[in-house]
Amino acid sequence: MEYFNALVVILDSTIRLSIPLLLACLAGLYSERAGVFDIGLEGKMLAGAFAAGAAAAVYGSAWYGLGAAILVSGFLALVHGFASITHRGNQIVSGVAINFIAAGSTIILGQAWFSQGGRTPSLGADSRFGAITLPFAEAARDIPIVGYIYYELISGHSIIAYFAFFMVFATWWVLFRTRFGLRMRAVGENPSAVDTAGISVTWLRYRAVLITGALCGFAGSYLALTQNAGFVKDMTAGRGFIALAALIFAKWRPVPAMFACLLFGFLDALAIRLQGTPLPLVGRVPVQFFQALPYVLTVILLAGFIGKAIPPRAGGVPYVKER
Amino acid sequence: MSTPYARLPAWADYGLIPVINLIVAFAVAGLVVLLVGENPFRAAAIMVEGAFGSGRNIAYTLYYSTSFIFTGLAVAVAFHGGLFNIGGEGQAYIGGLGVALVCLTFDSILPWWLTFPLAIIGAAAVGAAWALVPAYLQAKRGSHIVITTIMFNFIAASLMVYLLVGPLKPQGSMAPQTRTFLEGGQLPKLNWLMESFGFAVRSSPFNISFLLALVCAFLVWLLIWRTRLGYEIRTQGFSPKAARYAGIGEARIIIITMMISGALAGMMALNPVMGDQNRLQLDFVTGAGFVGIAVALMGRSHPAGIVPAAILFGMLYQGGAELAFEMPSISRDMIVIIQGLVILFAGALEHMFRPSIQALFASISPRSAGVVAAKREGA
Repeated sequence: MEYFNALVVILDSTIRLSIPLLLACLAGLYSERAGVFDIGLEGKMLAGAFAAGAAAAVYGSAWYGLGAAILVSGFLALVHGFASITHRGNQIVSGVAINFIAAGSTIILGQAWFSQGGRTPSLGADSRFGAITLPFAEAARDIPIVGYIYYELISGHSIIAYFAFFMVFATWWVLFRTRFGLRMRAVGENPSAVDTAGISVTWLRYRAVLITGALCGFAGSYLALTQNAGFVKDMTAGRGFIALAALIFAKWRPVPAMFACLLFGFLDALAIRLQGTPLPLVGRVPVQFFQALPYVLTVILLAGFIGKAIPPRAGGVPYVKER
Repeated sequence: MSTPYARLPAWADYGLIPVINLIVAFAVAGLVVLLVGENPFRAAAIMVEGAFGSGRNIAYTLYYSTSFIFTGLAVAVAFHGGLFNIGGEGQAYIGGLGVALVCLTFDSILPWWLTFPLAIIGAAAVGAAWALVPAYLQAKRGSHIVITTIMFNFIAASLMVYLLVGPLKPQGSMAPQTRTFLEGGQLPKLNWLMESFGFAVRSSPFNISFLLALVCAFLVWLLIWRTRLGYEIRTQGFSPKAARYAGIGEARIIIITMMISGALAGMMALNPVMGDQNRLQLDFVTGAGFVGIAVALMGRSHPAGIVPAAILFGMLYQGGAELAFEMPSISRDMIVIIQGLVILFAGALEHMFRPSIQALFASISPRSAGVVAAKREGA
């Protein structure tokens, strides 16, 4: 029973750690499926987290925080779109630029506005997205196994967490069951075919990029308003890139994306849990090993040893109409 | 594919447009300063004063520039081959390992002028090796080099933390760093050079690896524009199809280009590790690998552009440190914003002002524009 409880606790923190990854991963999915590579997920998430922390601190409401995060992250997504869709610039370069602009400006503005060394003020319970206790969770707590799982694992997350899992299936539905999704996938594979059909490549890609921005805003809000009580500088700490890795791991599909993010979240949770405790057979595993594992796994996947990840065909290529 | 825009005179193409892009980047950075509630012109004045105000300041500026020349060249070489090496940060970090291992082994036996060449080889070899895996995967397995080099940055960071808190740390020490190198592992400073120009320098980390950086810049120029290999690299970057048609081995060029790029990035470690701190510390690269991207874009991947661009960023680093003293609300992170804006305007939005400049040229003298300049398509 003790092991079972420990396992449930690890799985619970797995979910908590994988939510920002999942949201950022789904965000990247829209953009990349539409043929716009986005390595600026990290920057958009960071800017979103800062906006969320700052707005929630000033207005005292988590919803204002979420709104501000979506706006700021959406604005950066538009900058990315402007550079890579309208001006047909290099999408990688544009993404790198956004990461730096976000990393620098969150610290500078945070210091100038709140003077707390780049942090935003610590938030009270009512200006954060707190845990939601699902119905009957308290009552079911004492039922062995099933009730405990329901209480500990399924109940007690914030609204953004439930939204993230909802978005997995919403994304699947949008992508594979709607006209917009079909066109978006088409524009990522063969934009000239879409153009020939009389549909605007530019407008389709802009819409995809805007969805990316909004979802990164959610991811940032989760970091600043649920996982922490406010913004801390560099709080994304490479999660945007892990999300990118998860996206490749999932071969740009929503449901596998969820499992990839849960896997990477699990590695993270395990690393925290196992810190310093020796494992049977292998002895003490350094924490850095677990930290590097998502990246190593992605490289191995990319090398083609675990199936083959084929990106959308028109990804990274700006669309030029025939002249 | 036809050229989308009309032809401009060379001076406008290589001089005017980059300068305009740069001015816009700095203007937006000025807006951020304004948003923080400070005077951007005063901030700029403090920065310039801080970077060039005294011999010591100039020496610091050049010390930072040294690192950026190496990483800028690394990114530029890869650019010429049509590859985006975003992993300069990791290659430089791991390059420090090569430097440290050489220094820790030989610093008590050999004088610095014998350790130095060995350390150069060590840094270059380790940096190149770290770039080899992504290069191989791109060349043979078709996995995207941008993604793999990003992953390798993180793997390098984890590996170095592991080594510095574990095997490389001297016994009984708490700080995550190696022991300090002895005399044989320390590069001589170049302060005498500054003093010979009449500047008083008391102490600065400005060291001999600056000269090595200049030599490397020359060698890169020689390689890219004066050798057969360089021609092949440029062909591969300009048109992979043409390269294949001409019988240039694609995989070979990708791997060689990335290894040269990685070696240059790795050599950046000489400057801080052997030239200044004399020990291997955590995070000694401090973003220099990424600054290399901005430097290469600004310098248009040509050594003659990269050296001044590196000095400009060295100026921003050193001036930014002084600025943080004078205006406490503006920390050194301002540089990161400027860096991002330069990458945005000189890289991704490189062509934003081109049509209007072409229109301007065409209206001044219609003959200077080859094709009808106002012809813009798509949008």
